[in-house]
Amino acid sequence: MDLKGMRAAAQMGLRARLERLGGTVTGQVWRLGYASRFLGYMVLHSGTAMRRFGLTMKEIYFAGVLSLVIILVSGLFVGMVLALQGYETLQRYGSSEALGVLVALSLVRELGPVVAGLLFASRAGSAITAEIGLMKATEQLSAMEMMAVDPIARVVAPRFWGGVLSMPLLAALFSAMGIFGGYLVGVQLIGVDAGAFWSQMQAAVDVRNDILNGVIKSLVFGVAVTWIAVFEGYDAPPTAEGVSRATTRTVVTSSLAILALDFVLTALMFTGGP
Amino acid sequence: MPSTPIIEIRNLSFAYEPSRPVLRNIELSVPRGAVVGIMGQSGCGKTTLLRVIMGALTPSAGSARVLGHDVANLRREPLFEMRRKMGMLFQFGALFTDISVYENVAFPLREHLSLPEPLLNDLVMMKLQAVGLRGAAHLMPTELSGGMARRVALARSIALDPQLMLYDEPFTGLDPISFGVITRLIRELNDSLGATSIIVTHDVQEALGVVDYVYFMAGGRVIAQGTPDEIRSSAEPFVNQFVNGRSDGPVPFHYPAPQYRADLELAEH
Repeated sequence: MDLKGMRAAAQMGLRARLERLGGTVTGQVWRLGYASRFLGYMVLHSGTAMRRFGLTMKEIYFAGVLSLVIILVSGLFVGMVLALQGYETLQRYGSSEALGVLVALSLVRELGPVVAGLLFASRAGSAITAEIGLMKATEQLSAMEMMAVDPIARVVAPRFWGGVLSMPLLAALFSAMGIFGGYLVGVQLIGVDAGAFWSQMQAAVDVRNDILNGVIKSLVFGVAVTWIAVFEGYDAPPTAEGVSRATTRTVVTSSLAILALDFVLTALMFTGGP
Repeated sequence: MPSTPIIEIRNLSFAYEPSRPVLRNIELSVPRGAVVGIMGQSGCGKTTLLRVIMGALTPSAGSARVLGHDVANLRREPLFEMRRKMGMLFQFGALFTDISVYENVAFPLREHLSLPEPLLNDLVMMKLQAVGLRGAAHLMPTELSGGMARRVALARSIALDPQLMLYDEPFTGLDPISFGVITRLIRELNDSLGATSIIVTHDVQEALGVVDYVYFMAGGRVIAQGTPDEIRSSAEPFVNQFVNGRSDGPVPFHYPAPQYRADLELAEH
């Protein structure tokens, strides 16, 4: 091939790559718009999920109660590790009695919502996607449509609200369990003074600035994870491969969403204030 | 029998992409009370036609009147209103796997009517009795055989006493006994409910025994129609090949391919 030919081929290759990039970007933007319309439709058709609250309660059981074991055990260990690491650093500066504050603030502000959110995405989010995806693949959603029952109102919305309501409760339990783990290691094992551990924590943790902000974070993560999970399930191609890919996408996308949203929320909540 | 047809399709065409029409100029009419078969090879457009009748797809041209409604222009509310008068049996039943047989049959009743529990129980038991599975009410769908699952799905689809029953490949994958049960039920339920039924299927021999009238489709068109006897003795080559299950004919055995010799690597040497 002469030089001219090679240049033309390189240009063609570049053009194809640019076209592919453009196609991917417009595809993703289109998908985001579709997912937003889906969310809007679902929220507008949440009447059934609210009127027949038993449907939502059932989903709180599946998404929330069944996630309790992993959340509580993880919370306990995270708190225990925090206490060990925190004590190592604090004692160098002679302030080991501030251990309670360190453990509590780390958990309530950050680790509670974030780690509970990540665990929730992999435990409950993946299950929601797989269940809705398989219902679609086995024509259960079409059957519902044919019975004049809207599957978004009857199947999707209760799962969405069940997840959204479960998430802050799970994050709170994660933090509580973590503080208990910190107490076990810090006070019972290492020997930090129990009075100092609790009283400094009580004095330093603020209800509005710390706890409420943590709850808001976990609520936002709950909406993000459950929205992604129900959308991926509903949009999954009705095949074994399609459902498996959608389940993977739910875990990956919602984990990234949690971490990105956490940065934005932390920047808004905990910086610039007195 | 009243003369107004329950389904009337005029000059209907449908395409997912304009360049590749799936249905072309379909003319079809289903009188009240009849059991009508829509038959043809896989991919001939019969399931698409069923989806148009259900109101799940909007035709590109022509009109489809179902139960007195023009399905192309129906908004969601009236469409759902119309579907409450229709029952549909999906190919593999599409039972809800997380609830029992009883709850599956009760599902449409609970969603649309607020009946007292004893009345609902009686209705569910009557529907299950009609398909011979009253004793299986407490089982979960995963505990049922394929034939039983389809009978439960049939009980669920007749829960609201539909005027129009649609069957999507109801005979696929059934053993001979289950097949006999399903064909008997289709006929009996149609006549006892005073309903009208449409069976979409490629199991021609089986279906010819139960239907009153047949529309035969190929390549998105209706190529033949008539009573089962007329179809059996049809001179149309395609229908003839299909009904008699011959491997070669107007539908060739071989998928279009280049010369056999060109694909054989050894032939080069």
